[in-house]
Amino acid sequence: MDKELQVSAIKDGTVIDHIPSNRLFDVINILQLFKGDEMITFGTNLDSKRMGKKAIIKVENRFFQGEEIDKIALIAPHAKLNTIKNYQVVEKRVVEIPEQIISIVKCFNPKCITNHESITTHFDVISENPIELKCRFCEKITTEKEVRIR
Amino acid sequence: MMHKKSLISITDYSKDDYLRIMDLAADFEANPNQDLLKGTVIASLFFEPSTRTRLSFESAINRLGGRIVGFTDSSSSSVTKGETLHDTIRMAANYTDLIVMRHPLEGSARYASQIAGVPVINAGDGANQHPTQTLLDLYSIKKTQGKLDDINIFLVGDLKYGRTVHSLLQALSVFKNPIFNFVSPPELSMPIEYKRYLDSKGIKYFEHREFTDIISAADIIYMTRVQKERFTDPMEYEKVKNIYILRNKMLQNTKETMRILHPLPRVNEIHPDVDSNPKAYYFEQARNGIYTRQAIISLILGLIK
Repeated sequence: MDKELQVSAIKDGTVIDHIPSNRLFDVINILQLFKGDEMITFGTNLDSKRMGKKAIIKVENRFFQGEEIDKIALIAPHAKLNTIKNYQVVEKRVVEIPEQIISIVKCFNPKCITNHESITTHFDVISENPIELKCRFCEKITTEKEVRIR
Repeated sequence: MMHKKSLISITDYSKDDYLRIMDLAADFEANPNQDLLKGTVIASLFFEPSTRTRLSFESAINRLGGRIVGFTDSSSSSVTKGETLHDTIRMAANYTDLIVMRHPLEGSARYASQIAGVPVINAGDGANQHPTQTLLDLYSIKKTQGKLDDINIFLVGDLKYGRTVHSLLQALSVFKNPIFNFVSPPELSMPIEYKRYLDSKGIKYFEHREFTDIISAADIIYMTRVQKERFTDPMEYEKVKNIYILRNKMLQNTKETMRILHPLPRVNEIHPDVDSNPKAYYFEQARNGIYTRQAIISLILGLIK
């Protein structure tokens, strides 16, 4: 057990916990964790009392905020972010879905004007669980399984 | 209330706005030719062809002495040179006091209203909204029934994709005690979000798969086209295509005051033998569009308080 902690513990950075196993690589992609040279460790299909199986990501020297957290919330609505400073957890945050989603998500409707011109997308969150986003332009509803990050 | 406010979606306006438009439309019907729009230039931007709506808007504007600039389909505009909607709208807004637009893409009118700097009236954005049609439908209901409360309406045909029935459902829902009857094949049923919307407001609705004697209770029968291209299985279309045709003999037991509406164009869903029945109202309904649009334009431009 001690050995495992040695490998995965980080000095400063963020631990993103309670990611659904099947969305692990989506979270890596939207946060563009494959870029840069910070140390990143991740595990998936870990046992979780609440979720059955979960994934976890540990990123050294990265502290997420604002739009980045909104993106995580859309893909992993129950994720928790632990901020680590000098090997200690100094802050625990549960991601929250904002009332409006601006610019992050692509409208699922192929006939929506936002998919044809250079326009900042804008959605109202009409349901959090499951996620339902109403496009302010075409008025169509993008459901959780249709959410694509721009 | 409506001064300088774009009309993109029927829900942009309140019940008071609807009633103001209805009252004013009645005034214009009594006196449709005025000089109210003298000195006003209005852009009529039809990015896809439309006969009825465009002629109705242009007639409404001409009868009030306004000038129109624009195009009747995008092949005669800079869109063919690759100009974006953004640039076309910014340009048209420089030249005019108001933009009336139809565009095949959904959300295009909302976007235009955000960048234009002058009010925009949505004359149809793809399958999304067509609010002036809804307001002329409301005017037609008020004119024929003398009220907008306690209306028992049958919506018939394509209730899944038909934008007019969705907007009309939302608009009638702000009045007292509407009763909605949906008559459609299962493939073209009223979408769940609209049924949820009615549930949330405690409004009654009933679903039917075919016409029966139930139409004797109707105040309004609102017919729409069942389009072949909406069906994934052509056999399914063949099975249902004759079920949703309204024929004169079916109207025997309906109320004397009942009226039949249709946003037009019709194909075969209303048999021509209905046309001579006094309950057929669809051509008068189209004429009501002129007065309703005169009212909307005058209010948006602040020419009438």
